[in-house]
Amino acid sequence: MFRGVTFRALFLIAAPVCWLLASCQKESQVDRATREGILLVGNANEPKGLDPHIVSGVLEANILRALFEGLITNDPESDTATPGGAALDVTPDATATVWTAKLRPDGKWSDGAPVTARDFAFSYERLLTPELGAKYAEMLYFLKGAEEFNKGKTTDFAAVGVEVLDDLTLRLTLRGPTPYFREILKHYTWTAVPQHVVLKHGKIGQRGNPWTRPENIVGNGPYQLKSWRRTHHIEVERNPHYWNAANVSLNGVRFLPITNLYTEARMFRDGQLHVTYAATSEVVDLMKKEHPENLRQEPYVGTAFYRYNTTRKPLNDVRVRQALGLAVDRQAICDTVFRGYKPAYAITPAMGNYHPPRIAGFDPEKAKRLLAEAGYPGGKGFPRLKILIASKETAATLAQAVQAMWRDTLGVEVEIENKEWNAYLVAMQDLDYDIANAGWIGDYLDPLTFLEMWTPGNGNNLTGWESPAFLKLLQQSFQETDGTRRFELLQQAESILIEEAPILPVAWQSRNYLVHPSVQGWKPLLLSNNPYQFIRLVPGR
Amino acid sequence: MIRLIISRLGQGIITLFVLVTLTFFLVRAMPGSPYVEEKAIPEHALKRMREYTGLDQPLPVQYFRYLKNLVVHQDLGDLIKKDGVKVSEIISESFPVSLALGVLSIGIALVVGIPAGVVAAVRKNTCVDFACLSFAMVGICLPSFVIGPLLAVTAGLGLKSLNVAGWSSPGDWILPAVTLGLINAAYLARLARGGMLDVLSQDYIRTARAKGAPGSRVVIRHALRGGLIPAVAFIGPAFAGMISGSFVIETIFQIPGMGQHFVNAATDREFFLIQGLVLFYGFLIVGANLLADLAQIALNPRLRKA
Repeated sequence: MFRGVTFRALFLIAAPVCWLLASCQKESQVDRATREGILLVGNANEPKGLDPHIVSGVLEANILRALFEGLITNDPESDTATPGGAALDVTPDATATVWTAKLRPDGKWSDGAPVTARDFAFSYERLLTPELGAKYAEMLYFLKGAEEFNKGKTTDFAAVGVEVLDDLTLRLTLRGPTPYFREILKHYTWTAVPQHVVLKHGKIGQRGNPWTRPENIVGNGPYQLKSWRRTHHIEVERNPHYWNAANVSLNGVRFLPITNLYTEARMFRDGQLHVTYAATSEVVDLMKKEHPENLRQEPYVGTAFYRYNTTRKPLNDVRVRQALGLAVDRQAICDTVFRGYKPAYAITPAMGNYHPPRIAGFDPEKAKRLLAEAGYPGGKGFPRLKILIASKETAATLAQAVQAMWRDTLGVEVEIENKEWNAYLVAMQDLDYDIANAGWIGDYLDPLTFLEMWTPGNGNNLTGWESPAFLKLLQQSFQETDGTRRFELLQQAESILIEEAPILPVAWQSRNYLVHPSVQGWKPLLLSNNPYQFIRLVPGR
Repeated sequence: MIRLIISRLGQGIITLFVLVTLTFFLVRAMPGSPYVEEKAIPEHALKRMREYTGLDQPLPVQYFRYLKNLVVHQDLGDLIKKDGVKVSEIISESFPVSLALGVLSIGIALVVGIPAGVVAAVRKNTCVDFACLSFAMVGICLPSFVIGPLLAVTAGLGLKSLNVAGWSSPGDWILPAVTLGLINAAYLARLARGGMLDVLSQDYIRTARAKGAPGSRVVIRHALRGGLIPAVAFIGPAFAGMISGSFVIETIFQIPGMGQHFVNAATDREFFLIQGLVLFYGFLIVGANLLADLAQIALNPRLRKA
């Protein structure tokens, strides 16, 4: 069976073969990709799909941005929605309620067919069709009648504010004045899918329609799908029919679903990636020492916060919630737990001209007083509450820090309850928790994306808190045409939220990640949604 | 012999049936649901999504529907969270990768582990023996999530020719295969050493030596066959484990293998994927055990009568 000769031979053959195989590559992958004009991007995980009406997630959005183009795109210089997408312009009427999109005549799908207003109308109808069960349909509820149609209360799409005036003109009637509508239009739910392709492979409300399979998919973005190997890569290449193809610099983008952030960092250091998805705090520290020029730390529209279950004692007492909030030193947390995050005293991060109200900071004395007023002087008699977290490392560190602060300042003892991700979400949605670690990332650049969730009955509220005054201010803001006045209303609403404290804002997120020096034009954008067509690769850097 | 094979096959089918049934009900007894996400899914969309996957039906209906699809159509079902993707696609795409990695690793494990164990046994209580034993001890004690990144940082970042991770060129196979191979080599070395020591103290070996057979011939022709039986018994299931992928190795080295699906399917509550993978793995284990049994019979004549 086994003989000595065989062993020796195997050794002798195996070693040089391995070496030969290993030494095949000399140029690093990044160098070669730079030469070929292909951007290598770490993208965290395998996407759930490529149908803009079915998926919901940041990593999916990263790929969809290459394949589909909305009516309006994000200008990377100013980080605002700017005309120059599939539409020449999208213009409002005097009340910002009726918007008219004038599509560009040279817009084409990647199969050469023209992009028409009918494609957009079809897309909005598809997303809102109840049978499709699109979980992100509410992004289109800005349209008049959209919510009723999506929830099956009306069945005629003609009642929804979408009108095709001619091949290249689309009129959108909204539920009320929406001066920031262009920002909303940047979201991928507002991009069009090709009517002729979707209907070729299935019906309008059909789930599992194979039109997004690699052999079928057609888009109108600067790139088209080249290859897709699950859990290995997705690569897009130039779309020759793109209206602005002549000005697209990159020849392609390769998305790598690297789930392990340490692996991703090693791959970056080994010359296998141009841009990483995220850098852990250890990697941030290391890169600060070794290659600070590769490290990016940028503001991001995300907030780390705690939810209180306001239906449970003693958290139903607003003084208790306020006391707990006042006893947390956010600055210390940002210095030690979250690298590059900013202390948060409200839920909405600063964006554009909106500045969140600053009401409460770190105030141990006031915290003690409030807790005493609530009947727990020095923390005496305070029940042992639990902080619910999901098994993620920073969540545990944060919980330990908060635990220590509450013990030291208030004499309150809490436990940390660590649950697996899915079980954690279920516990939160069932209101089966005391205090829960949470985070929220904005869908668009308007405070509403952080405030609307606290209305009664919203599926993302999950605190049991509701306030008629808060709701009233929000509803007033829906009817307000003046931008400044509208922000004032939202600020007042947010003040109520922070004052009544169903949540404890901890930190405004930043995005830490690595970018190779050969990448030019990669801007620090609040939604981290760099349009790939504006990025260039410069060899020799 | 044939009777043995048939009876083992029969046992295998029963095992697989029990496995399918148990997995089906256990995954549905897990807390949580496939439809829980960070952003809540609206009620009406949720209802439609559950209708689409058939998860709105009562459990017995779901169970018999699943069995029927499995037996009649050989269909393992679709993914819940990825529209239109079949479980069989996931397995058929990822298994070849894990198989390649597994075969290479088991090759390394055999080439390193068995000779190390045999040499250690022959040179019992010498420096060679201690060296082999300590190597084996280290390999067993150090988990793959330590060895893997260590290899990646030292060899991958150190040598320009090796990538720290990825699965694009054959060179990318080396580091993960060595990591996985060395760990199993350690087990094999210990088992081979133990087996060989046992055999080398037997009378028939003394007889062979007394007849004047040269040392290497005694070890290779007479002792090896019996001495490897414990190692062979280990290889069967270990091989099935290795070719079905390793979550740790795959995430450390960014490999599109099958192991990650085991873990992710469980955390994502991808019911049909878990069931499909468990069934497939069960199939491999049953097959590998059968082969290991046959190999043992080939090595040990005494087993043939039983």
